[in-house]
Amino acid sequence: MNDQAIIVKDLVKKFGSFVANDHLNFEVSPGEIFGFLGANGAGKTTAIRILSGLSKPTSGTVIVAGFDVYRHTEQIKKNIGYMCQKFSLYEDLTVKENIVLYGGIYGMSRNLIRERLGNLLEKLRFREYENRIIGDLPLGLRQKLAFSVAVLHEPKIVFLDEPTGGVDPITRRQFWEMIYETAERGITVFVTTHYMDEAEYCDRISIMNDGKIVALDTPGNLKRQYDAESVEDVFIKIARPG
Amino acid sequence: MNRFLGFVKKEFLHIFRDYRTLFILFGIPAAQILIFGYAVSTDIKNAGVAFLDLSKDEVTRMLTNKITSSGFFRNNGNLLNYNEIDEVFKKGKTKAVIVFEENFGKNLGSEGKASLSIIADGSEPNTATLVVNYTMAIINDFNREYSGTPARGSIIIQPEVKMYFNPEMKSHFMFVPGVITLILILICALMTSVTITREKEFGTMEVLLVSPLRPIQIILGKVMPYFILSFINVLLILALSWFVFGLPVKGSMVLLLAECMLYILMSLTLGILISTVSKSMQQAIFISLIGLMLPTILLSGFIFPIENMPKIYDYVSMIMPPRYFILIIKNIMIKGTGLAYIWKETLILIVMTIVFVALSVRKFKIRLE
Repeated sequence: MNDQAIIVKDLVKKFGSFVANDHLNFEVSPGEIFGFLGANGAGKTTAIRILSGLSKPTSGTVIVAGFDVYRHTEQIKKNIGYMCQKFSLYEDLTVKENIVLYGGIYGMSRNLIRERLGNLLEKLRFREYENRIIGDLPLGLRQKLAFSVAVLHEPKIVFLDEPTGGVDPITRRQFWEMIYETAERGITVFVTTHYMDEAEYCDRISIMNDGKIVALDTPGNLKRQYDAESVEDVFIKIARPG
Repeated sequence: MNRFLGFVKKEFLHIFRDYRTLFILFGIPAAQILIFGYAVSTDIKNAGVAFLDLSKDEVTRMLTNKITSSGFFRNNGNLLNYNEIDEVFKKGKTKAVIVFEENFGKNLGSEGKASLSIIADGSEPNTATLVVNYTMAIINDFNREYSGTPARGSIIIQPEVKMYFNPEMKSHFMFVPGVITLILILICALMTSVTITREKEFGTMEVLLVSPLRPIQIILGKVMPYFILSFINVLLILALSWFVFGLPVKGSMVLLLAECMLYILMSLTLGILISTVSKSMQQAIFISLIGLMLPTILLSGFIFPIENMPKIYDYVSMIMPPRYFILIIKNIMIKGTGLAYIWKETLILIVMTIVFVALSVRKFKIRLE
C-alpha cells in the first residue's frame, strides 16, 4: 500500500463554512493514468492544489510520492511535475532557455539538462525551434513542449490541469500519445479534463460533484454501472441527476 | 543556489528582451533629469526665519517685529553668533537668517544708512528666492515708513543677499534629488509589481509555486535584477547631473549610496505589496502610477514646499516615503550633512520597509491558502 503514488484518506478542505473537498478517498498506483473529472466548481482545483503542496488540507491523510503533505511539501515538490491550464512556459524566452530554466529550478545538473534537451528536441522534431522564442510557435507545439518540460526532471507524478484546452484534435491525439509514453516509463499521470472522449483514454477516472467523489472506477465499469454509452453520458447522469 | 541563479538570469532575460522595459528603466530617468530644468514657483507663508542681531537696538527690534508679524514669516529664534547659522540651516526648519550689522540703529541715525544680510537656504531655490523677495519688500516698506517720519530725512537700509549651500541659485540642485526620488520609487514599485502580476496572469506563477523554489526565492529572484539595475540607475543619474549640470555630492558618497539602496529596497517591497493586492498587470500599473507618481510629485516637497501646504496635505505626505528620502538626499548632496541630521528619516524608511515586507508576506501566505 505504501508503494502507491497517491494516497488520499478522508481529505477535507474547508474555506470558512464552505466545504470544497468533502471526505475524499482514493489511491493512485504508479504508472497509472488517473482522470480527475468534475464540473466547474466541483472542487477539482482545490484537490490538485493540496496534492501538489500548494495548500494544506483541513483534515485527513494525504500522501504524495511517499511524502506527507503536512510535513514534507518540499520533498513532494521535487518529485512532481505540473502543467496548468494556462500556458506555463515563458513566451519571451526561447525553447532552449525555458528548458534550461526549468531544469535548473528542479536542480538538474548542466550535463543532464543538455542531454535531455537533445533527446527532447530530437523526439519532438524540434531541432529547428531550439532558439526560437516560444511566443512565435503554434499553440499545439507549445503545449507539447510544456508537457515535456513538466516531466523533464522525471518526476514520480505529473499533474496536468486541463492540458489540452484550445488544442486541435490531431494535436490532442499526439498529446495523449505522449501521456501514454510517459505512463509506460512509470510516471503517474494525474489529469483533469473537460473532454469526455479523453476520459476514455484514462486507466481509471473519478468524478467529483459538490466537493465529493461520486464515482470512481475504470471507464468501462462506470459505463456498465450507469448503463451508459460513453463516459460523457455517465458524467451527465451523475452531475445532473433527474 | 543554482536554482536561484538560473531564476535570476531568466528575470534579466525578460528585462533585456523587452525594449520597452529597458526604455522605462534607463531612458526615462535620463530624459527626466534633462527635462526638469525649471520648477514651478510657489507662494510662501510662515517660513521660518532666524535673526542674528549684532546690534540689539530699537530699530532692529522694530524691523524684526515687522518681518515676523507680516504673516509670511515665523520667528525661528535669535542666534548668538555666525557659527550658529550653519547649524540652524542644517536642521532644515529655517529658510533664511537675517543678520543686522553692529550698531545698526546708530548707523541709521547718524549716517542715514545701515546694512543687513539676508542669508537664505539655497538648497530650495524657489523658496529661497521667494523668501528673499518678500523680505526685501518688507524692508523697503520699513524704509518708507521710517524715512517718512519727519526730522530724519531719507534713510536707506541696504540689504545684502547671500545664498547658503547653493550660492548660484541653480535650480537643478533641487530637481536632481527630486528626480532620483521619483524615478526610483516609480521604477522599482512599478516594475516589480508588474513583473510579479505578469507571472500570475500568465499562469507561470502556479508552476513556480509548485516547483521546489521557495516563495521567498521566487520573490527575491524577481526583485534582485531590479535592485541591481536601479542601483546602476542611481549612478547614471548622479553621473549625468555631475557632467551636465556640474552638481557635486557635498556629503559622503558612501552614505548617499547606502541611503539610495535603502530607498530602492523600500520601493521594491512596496512593489511586491502592490502585486499581492492587484489581480492584473493593468491594475498594478494603475496603482503604481496614480498612487505613487502624482503624490510623489505633488506632496513630497519635490516641487511644492510642504511648509506652504494646508495642514491636511502635510499629514497625508507623512505616509509618503518620498518625503523622507527627498530630505535625506538633499541633505547629503547639497548641504553635506551626515547621518546625525537624517537618522530620523532613515529610521522611518527602515520601519516602512519592514512594514511592507510583513504585509506582503501575510498577503502572499493568504493567497497560497
